[in-house]
Amino acid sequence: MLSAIDLGKSFAGREAVAGVSLEARAGEIVGLLGPNGAGKSTTVAMLCGILAPDRGRVTLAGDPVGEGASPAKRRIGLVPQDIALFEDLPAAANLRLFGALYGVGGRLLEERIAAALELVGLADRARARPSTFSGGMKRRLNIACALIHDPEVLVLDEPTVGVDPQSRNAIFANLETLRGRGKALVYTTHYMEEVERLCDRVVIVDHGRVIADDTVAGLRARLPEAGPPRLEIDGPVDEELLALLAARGLSARVTGGATLEGVFLHLTGRATRD
Amino acid sequence: MGPVLALARADVALFLANRRALLVSLVAPILIAAFFGAVLGGAPKKPSRVPLAVTNLDASAVAAKIVAAMKADETFAIEEAAEPAARARVREGKARAAVVIPPGFGEAAAAGFFRPDGAKPEIAILYDPSQAVTLSLVKGLLAQHAMQAVSSAAFGPEMGPKAIEASRRELAASRTVDEATRRDLGTLFDAVERLQLRERAPGDGQAASGKAMPGFTMPFATKDEAVTSGAGRRYNAYSHAFAGMAVQFILFMGIEAGMALLLMRRQGLWKRLRAAPVSRAALLASRVASGTVIAFGLLLAIYAAAVAVFGVRIEGSAAGFALVGFAFSVLTASFGLLVASLGRTPEATRGIAVVATLLLVMLGGAWVPTFVFPDWLQAATLAVPTRWAIDGLEAATWRGLGFGTALVPAAGLLAAAAACAAIAIARFRWEE
Repeated sequence: MLSAIDLGKSFAGREAVAGVSLEARAGEIVGLLGPNGAGKSTTVAMLCGILAPDRGRVTLAGDPVGEGASPAKRRIGLVPQDIALFEDLPAAANLRLFGALYGVGGRLLEERIAAALELVGLADRARARPSTFSGGMKRRLNIACALIHDPEVLVLDEPTVGVDPQSRNAIFANLETLRGRGKALVYTTHYMEEVERLCDRVVIVDHGRVIADDTVAGLRARLPEAGPPRLEIDGPVDEELLALLAARGLSARVTGGATLEGVFLHLTGRATRD
Repeated sequence: MGPVLALARADVALFLANRRALLVSLVAPILIAAFFGAVLGGAPKKPSRVPLAVTNLDASAVAAKIVAAMKADETFAIEEAAEPAARARVREGKARAAVVIPPGFGEAAAAGFFRPDGAKPEIAILYDPSQAVTLSLVKGLLAQHAMQAVSSAAFGPEMGPKAIEASRRELAASRTVDEATRRDLGTLFDAVERLQLRERAPGDGQAASGKAMPGFTMPFATKDEAVTSGAGRRYNAYSHAFAGMAVQFILFMGIEAGMALLLMRRQGLWKRLRAAPVSRAALLASRVASGTVIAFGLLLAIYAAAVAVFGVRIEGSAAGFALVGFAFSVLTASFGLLVASLGRTPEATRGIAVVATLLLVMLGGAWVPTFVFPDWLQAATLAVPTRWAIDGLEAATWRGLGFGTALVPAAGLLAAAAACAAIAIARFRWEE
């Protein structure tokens, strides 16, 4: 569905993206991972038609996604990393504005507003201003604004930053619903557990290039030194103790084995990129 | 057109939703214009008198006449006081100046009236240097009243003979006067003495005609006419104040519109708008459209208050007023776009933009009329768009001029708006 082929982009002589190719199919959530400065945001900007690539191309079902008023952009929704809402306009007015920008109007727009607010659990706050919302509510409205034109592809740039577990779960449920409706989702995040829960496939970029593109299981298998999962108990351990822990419903911390975070760090290194 | 309208409508709704911004944009110019208008003369009314202290140390009739004439003059509000008190009044700013008539002034002045040379009596004028323009006013009117009183005394039967006698003595002793002048002055003195003898009343010293000698008077009368929109229509200083303050605060609104765009960048909203299938031209056009609508709405609201409360009237062309107002509104919107294009962060940009705006409105004559500027600065202000706006608004209000006079300032404002927009488009950062 959404296809990026050999994308390249430089700023002031510095190459931010150097040949990224990826694809997101209908009914699939693709995780886009990478350390800070790896080129994720630039890639997202090109996928959404915000930036024109210096080389390569982005297509949606074969139609080129261009900058400006490109028609293909009507079929893509972007959830920016920031809470990109007009805080002093009511929730419904935000949705009405973004709907109008995508050419949705009249009765259909009002129906879409109701449906989007219903999906993200804000149906009763349609007339409230986002400035009065909690962080989680704003994040959910941020997603709703990207859905108002019923896009085929949804690009989410770290949509859960700063939200509590409840709102995060609600967002995950929304995204799984959208996947169930056949939408293609591109999901960037730094939270590996989110990727493990949500993503069907993961693309890891670093230094502007794709260094891995696989399923979560496929990526786990790439970590050679990973052994089987182990249960780490601090202190003397015996069967009786384990049975007792299990009977009490206590969880034990599992260390070792291949986690997605381990794979990620193995591939991109442990040095900070700030 | 749809996205432009949707974005512009949202901008207007956001402006109206921001009560604080609305208050600053609407109430502040009205309050400050009310202050400036009151200071600069306010609504049509009788002009206020200049407070003046007078110390009369001379017991003569001449000095008394001068004081009486000044009291009768509507230009002054005279307060008689001893010299130390008069000086204190000036120092405290309660009197603009103090006039001190010295002892023996009347006699010395009458004697000095015919003197070809020699010392003259001095009237001290103590003035407030912060209001030095008053000095010329006091000197001029004092000269008029003193000349009338002194000449009347010089030709009158009381002091006149003494003055002539003293003048004859000085003429005889003078080494600087040539013989022909000496002879002519002698003839003049003879004539004046004959006049004095005829006017002298037996016994009581009053003029034989029963009237005081008139003395020299102004050889002309003036008929003042304030040239406004029509006969009988007086100048309303609020007209200028409201033009100036409307221009200033609407430009401030333009800055805030630019700040809003910078904040949209920071908040990711701009990215979201850029992700929509909306052209660059439509995105920028929406900013100009909303800025123009807000600016024009503010202008109308500010002038509504000016009309309703302060008696400002559109005496000239309403269409001309609207044209200048619209052109200025477009300029404001383009200025906001320019601010957003050149600025990097809202914090750094706001300060620079405010200073630039204050300079523009000051040079445009928003605070004080441009005629008080030095000649070179007055010439320079002809190139300042804010002056075109203020002049254009004044032309349509108290000057009562027609639609034709609005065309040049409106064209200038639109040209300036086009220049701002061109620079803004050229410098706009599309890639972040």
